[in-house]
Amino acid sequence: MNAKKMMALALTAAMTMSMGAALVSADDAVWKIGMIGPLTGPAANYGTSVDKSAQIAVEEINAAGGINGYQIEYRGEDDELDSEKSVNAYNTLKDWGMQILDGCTTSGCSIAVSEKTKEDKLFQITPSGSADDCTKYDNVFRVCFSDPQQGIESAKYIGEHGLAKTVGVIYDSSDVYSSGIENAFKEESANQDFEIVVEEAFTADSNSDFSSQLQKMVDANVDLVFLPIYYTQAGTILTQAFTMGLDTTFFGCDGFDGMLEMDNFQKELAEGVMLLTPFSASATDEKTVAFVKAFQDAFDMLPNQFGADSYDAIYAIKAAAEKQNLTPDMSIEEICEGLKAGMVEISIDGLTGTNMTWSAEGNPSKEPNVYVIKDGAYSVAE
Amino acid sequence: MVSFFTNLINGLSLGSIYAIIAIGYTMVYGIAKMLNFAHGDIIMIGAYISFTVITTLKLPTAAGILAAILGCMCLGITIEKVAYKPLRHATSSLAVLITAIGVSYFLQNIALLIFSSNPKMYTSIIPFSHMIIQIGAFRIQTISVVSICVSVLLVILLQLFINKTRPGQAMLACAQDRGAASLMGISVDRTISMTFAIGSAMAGIAGVLLCSAYPTLSPYTGAMPGIKAFVAAVFGGIGSIPGAMIGGLLLGIIEILSKSYISSQLSDAIVFSVLIIVLLVKPTGIMGKVIQEKV
Repeated sequence: MNAKKMMALALTAAMTMSMGAALVSADDAVWKIGMIGPLTGPAANYGTSVDKSAQIAVEEINAAGGINGYQIEYRGEDDELDSEKSVNAYNTLKDWGMQILDGCTTSGCSIAVSEKTKEDKLFQITPSGSADDCTKYDNVFRVCFSDPQQGIESAKYIGEHGLAKTVGVIYDSSDVYSSGIENAFKEESANQDFEIVVEEAFTADSNSDFSSQLQKMVDANVDLVFLPIYYTQAGTILTQAFTMGLDTTFFGCDGFDGMLEMDNFQKELAEGVMLLTPFSASATDEKTVAFVKAFQDAFDMLPNQFGADSYDAIYAIKAAAEKQNLTPDMSIEEICEGLKAGMVEISIDGLTGTNMTWSAEGNPSKEPNVYVIKDGAYSVAE
Repeated sequence: MVSFFTNLINGLSLGSIYAIIAIGYTMVYGIAKMLNFAHGDIIMIGAYISFTVITTLKLPTAAGILAAILGCMCLGITIEKVAYKPLRHATSSLAVLITAIGVSYFLQNIALLIFSSNPKMYTSIIPFSHMIIQIGAFRIQTISVVSICVSVLLVILLQLFINKTRPGQAMLACAQDRGAASLMGISVDRTISMTFAIGSAMAGIAGVLLCSAYPTLSPYTGAMPGIKAFVAAVFGGIGSIPGAMIGGLLLGIIEILSKSYISSQLSDAIVFSVLIIVLLVKPTGIMGKVIQEKV
């Protein structure tokens, strides 16, 4: 019995040493950052954007000398929006030698993979997993706002900028995203200097007509209508509001982004609409323009907010690693611990917000980007 | 008061569109004795046809409306010939019902393939500068007035057609007794095709009006209005054209008023509860007994 135990210990020790040796081995050590996202299938344009944006960030960093002097090797794997395939992709990346994960792109996959990264003590930062549970383990961080955070940030923005005294809300009560934001918005509004006077819902089955909800906004004469919904209904709501003579500010979240690209959308209807969204490819600030140009030159397509989140994720990893003086010859666990400590110390200006900092729970805090539609294009709201 | 009036107009406007769709349902049911669940999707196809003609090909609005009507007519006749006619003598009436559901999904998927799931914004048939009629404090959407007038006009025309013309009489005869009608020298197949053509033409008109009032056009645009209109047809007494009209208008008004004065979350629950109560009290629907003919 004793001999067996000794044997096992000795073997374990030998293995650990050899692993350590392999990791420390050369001076030409590189960072190995992996990405997981849907590169094919129904959500392919999310994953593709995440993948390509990470590539752009990695190239930029490598060209500028890498992280702490070490170059980055990058590899993206497809999960087809399937959490099981996501775990397979994770295993593939582990075999390749991944030390840090920029992923997953979607909430469901991200949650599934976080079970593995927690076990392996590997640092994970999801660019765009917005569900609350994505960051339930302490080794997982995220770049995007969580759904409730969008509601809180919107309420703060409206309150702090004195946009309105009375607010009306129209939300989709059959959708988790929409009702999640709405709940948080309502809670936060109690701390703000405005009042929600009308609160109206619709469902997926009754999403073609909004005349009664809008009529209540007219009757209550609200200063602002908050619309935490997807852009697909924007055309109908804005047209009906126009014909009903509801002349007020409309304020949406990231789901509202996309209406300007809708086929045949009448842009004059959207004039003055405000959006709290991490990123818009049509924004005109310097950073966005440079990123969009690099992306278009390289891939001949437009990046979306998922891509911007991913770009910021790579830069956050860089900042955190530099803060803690990490090097790629450390063990995966050491890198993870180091990045965890580094993440809460850094503050970066990214594409998706300025002064981004992170809490130990993994959630970002940043000045949200608010855009207003002017002359049929996004411009940064003052 | 102003807002009550506005809500009422909005309800009438929504109801008149339900009515036009419901008439298509009710006609086909009255004559072919089948529920054409693909009716809502024919509306969607009609809207896409007119969208393509007006917005993509930049032809005049009238051409778009005409194309939608003719396109839907051809589609309706084809669907009837290909999918329903071979099953007309099937032992179970369920077979044709399931086929209709299949056709409905088929049309949605075809639209997804051609037009993608990204919604399009429909250009109203009413020019932008004439979208509102202002009378004192009242603002009425022009499209509401147009929808209400068109639906009333269509019901009158259909009633005249059915009661005063020979093909109309043939339809009545088929509705009452298909076997006897064919013994009297009426071509049942032709009459049923004609019914589908008229019903689908109505769907084309409904598609144009629906999307002019509610401009988000996607492959699922027709599904829910189709189901609501089916409810309206049952509500008014299925098989009866005036019944479909009344059922549609009532449904629209109940829906808008319950959204406005009770709860926007519960509006559908309220609409369907009213339906249940009406059917409990009057199982044949509002007009089900008053009008004997089933066209």
